[in-house]
Amino acid sequence: MGEILVTVDNLHKSFGQNKVLKGVDLKVAQGSVTVLIGPSGSGKTTLLRSLNSLTRPEAGIVGIGSVTVDFGKNPSKSEIRELRAQSGMVFQAHHLFPHRTVIENIVEGPLYVQKEPQAQARERALKLLEQVGLVDKADDYPSSLSGGQQQRVGIARALAMRPKLMLFDEPTSALDPETVGDVLVVIRDLAKAGWTMVIVTHEIRFAEQVADHVAFLDSGVIVEEGSPKQVLTDPREPRTREFLRRVLDPLAAEGVQGDQRLDVPTWAKFDHLSDPQTPYPRETVISGEGI
Amino acid sequence: MDDRTWDLIVKAFWPLFVQGVSWTIPLTLASFAVGLVLALLAAVGKLSHVKVFQLAASGYIAIFRGTPLLVQLFIIFYGFPTIGLKIDAIPSAILGFSLNVGAYAAESIRASILAVPTGQLEAAATIGMDYPLALRRVVLPQALRIAVPPLSNTFISLVKDTSLASGIMVAEMFRKAQEIAAPAYAFFWIYVEVALIYLLFCSVLTFGQGKLERHLNRYITA
Repeated sequence: MGEILVTVDNLHKSFGQNKVLKGVDLKVAQGSVTVLIGPSGSGKTTLLRSLNSLTRPEAGIVGIGSVTVDFGKNPSKSEIRELRAQSGMVFQAHHLFPHRTVIENIVEGPLYVQKEPQAQARERALKLLEQVGLVDKADDYPSSLSGGQQQRVGIARALAMRPKLMLFDEPTSALDPETVGDVLVVIRDLAKAGWTMVIVTHEIRFAEQVADHVAFLDSGVIVEEGSPKQVLTDPREPRTREFLRRVLDPLAAEGVQGDQRLDVPTWAKFDHLSDPQTPYPRETVISGEGI
Repeated sequence: MDDRTWDLIVKAFWPLFVQGVSWTIPLTLASFAVGLVLALLAAVGKLSHVKVFQLAASGYIAIFRGTPLLVQLFIIFYGFPTIGLKIDAIPSAILGFSLNVGAYAAESIRASILAVPTGQLEAAATIGMDYPLALRRVVLPQALRIAVPPLSNTFISLVKDTSLASGIMVAEMFRKAQEIAAPAYAFFWIYVEVALIYLLFCSVLTFGQGKLERHLNRYITA
């Protein structure tokens, strides 16, 4: 591992009685891509959001570059803002400002937070739009763009703040399948350009291609981490193996084999009911709970 | 209706209309402008995490929504001088109306702010905005679009409520109508006439509201 940009030390977070992060440690090397995977509720999104304090952990330390925040010591607003300034965030649901055009979305932070001169901010915004392939949409409102285009504007908006680190929270989960590729290509290009990134995603194949480091979370802890080759193709931990099996081949994970997949409904199989390791009991699948 | 009454109605129109344009409308606009500022402060105060602001805002809203506007005007204009605070009729009216409007509009504005998705505030935070800047640049412009229909309601009510200022010696349109009607004993026709002029004003405002809504909705695709 090269020079370390991000250090996470013993992070704890609860929502009410529900402990979502139970002492997470993570290191991210400068210029590397770290992908966080795990079942829903595993804490991967909470971990990502803790890196810029959108979710405020109760205890633990987050360090990005020269900025370190100890959440156990009641950090001040200005400390939090300084931590936030280190990273750019891309949301699952993009959260573009609907009342501003594409280019206005991108120059908003540079103009009103960083007080950059208007002409310069605009020029940079146009370059970023070129980078994400949307120069011709500069003066359109976000509502007139496709989901994939909106997400690429979201990426440009985050890049415009010149962060040291880019955070992606399931950037393709809310997209139509045919626009996922455009977004992934932009993220891959950023990886090639040497951006340090932390990405929460369910796109395992994509993770294989762009990640330098993969961390698998379950129940608030990092269960296994390492190179994508090791974690994704030869996982050591049974929980990682089970998760990947479910994500990569959902039917097989339900115990449906070969020809049976075509004619046996998954809910007709009862062989998992007695297995306490199954994270999603049969009943919840049938009742549709959590879908 | 005899010719004399008709004559009176025709002759009364212009003075009434002028009184409306030169008193009722400015009184409404001034009170609404001040009221909106109060409403914004009260709405943000009620949403604040600071207990004192919450209490002050809730108390203000409760008092001015929970007591009659006419009584509020009487307290300001007739009551205050007896405890040593004399305020002229017009400032009294503007003060009373704006406090009252502010209390109603505060709840509309608060609801509109709450209607803006929290993701917007999060996005603002990730590009380095603090709360006041995020409110000004991100939340309020979107809340405004949502607030226009309920605020228009308050505004149109205010146009008509200014007639209550006749009770504290403000020479607005309804007071003028009373002055014209009384000597001729033409209460029915003159009051109907003045009612129609209020209706005319409100219709124009409703038309304006539609235009404003279309303008604010320009970034929403159907």
